[in-house]
Amino acid sequence: MKIKSLDPRINRIQIDADTENPQAMLHPLENWPTYEVFHQKKRGTHHEHVGVVHATSSELALAFAKEQFARRGETVNLWVVKSEDMMATDYSDADVFATTPEKSFRDPAAYSVKEKIDQWVAKQKNHAG
Amino acid sequence: MYGGGYIGGEETLQANQDDPIALAEFEARIAAGDKIEPKDWMPADYRKQLVRMIEQHAHSEVIGALPEGTWITRAPGFRRKLALMAKVQDEMGHAQLLYSAAETLGKSREAMINDLINGKSKYSNVFNYPAFTWADVAVIGWLVDGAAIVNQVANSKGSYGPYVRALERICYEESFHLKQGHDNVVFLATGTEMQRTMLQEALNRWWQPLMHFFGPSDTMSVHTEKLMRWKVKMASNDDMRQQFISMYVPKIWELGLTLPDNELKRNPLTGKWAFADPDWNLFFEVIKGNGPLNKERLAVRRTAEERGRWVREALLKADMKYTVPFA
Repeated sequence: MKIKSLDPRINRIQIDADTENPQAMLHPLENWPTYEVFHQKKRGTHHEHVGVVHATSSELALAFAKEQFARRGETVNLWVVKSEDMMATDYSDADVFATTPEKSFRDPAAYSVKEKIDQWVAKQKNHAG
Repeated sequence: MYGGGYIGGEETLQANQDDPIALAEFEARIAAGDKIEPKDWMPADYRKQLVRMIEQHAHSEVIGALPEGTWITRAPGFRRKLALMAKVQDEMGHAQLLYSAAETLGKSREAMINDLINGKSKYSNVFNYPAFTWADVAVIGWLVDGAAIVNQVANSKGSYGPYVRALERICYEESFHLKQGHDNVVFLATGTEMQRTMLQEALNRWWQPLMHFFGPSDTMSVHTEKLMRWKVKMASNDDMRQQFISMYVPKIWELGLTLPDNELKRNPLTGKWAFADPDWNLFFEVIKGNGPLNKERLAVRRTAEERGRWVREALLKADMKYTVPFA
């Protein structure tokens, strides 16, 4: 028996009403590997990671990325890279990024010379006076 | 844009046997408003419940496209056809965003689709009802999407990074769905007598499924407290239902339309709405597979998988391997 639907498209494709027959089981990888997608809003800005698409090649991944992440709004450029080619630090190692007080020499706020300049200028004026 | 009314499963959560030190760090991170990322340590119940929720949400996007897709070929006018196609395309895009977010928790997309087809995973009950007329499409676009937005905005403040990121994009796109649905409703409501009648009939059909949308009262669930502490569940079903009613009922009444519930009334002192208790037996019957369209929805999905398989397999290459995505 075929499914009789309100939807003429479903009637046209003649679907078997027997739902007990699960022959559609997908195999592992049938939905393909994933690619990470990077999106650039406008020239001069950074590409930003926006998500993932499943694809069989980088060309197909770009086509899907356009559909998925550039349907509306601004886009000037997309990058894709295989998820398996990504390297990342581990969140549990995040302490390697901790800035210790000893690293203040990297911080612009650690360098303040205004007071010294003012004192020196004042001293010169006194000498001249 | 179709999350909401997450169905069941909480009773299978284990009383947790997690490492107490790791658990304390995890809970402190969430309490501090920090997000959890895919490779972080997380309690088994957290992972389990998130996979279930995100997967259910993704399936709802896929199945939710079916009642609206029905009307693409018969949309009244070119502009409405374009808008409906764009909306349906968005819903499929949302499904993909959500499947990817769930994949980061360790369940493959193939396994999720299999569980949809074999009935193990659920999707939002509201899509087991038919869209008889164009007015049904208008009501779905405005009120079903409106209900889903209530749910998704709440969940977008949750604790799991990939889900939050997906929901932010989804909510942004849903605002177009809501506006175009409202536009369609207002067009019919301000039109001819026949158009108003068609709209009123659609509202009558959808009101009960909409009251079911947020799921049964969750005050009874023993896990609600834990899931809320972990920011997996962000609002109670009852609170979301109240929020939906208070946002939309006045707008429906303003158009001179009625709702099939005589008890619907706002208490001016508390601001809370009273409403007739929806028929929860019907709700559970539909979840069990006995709704008007459960069988058709799954048969259509299964057929799409079966008939599209040759394309997917033709493009497979022997050296491909699967890596859990980063997103």
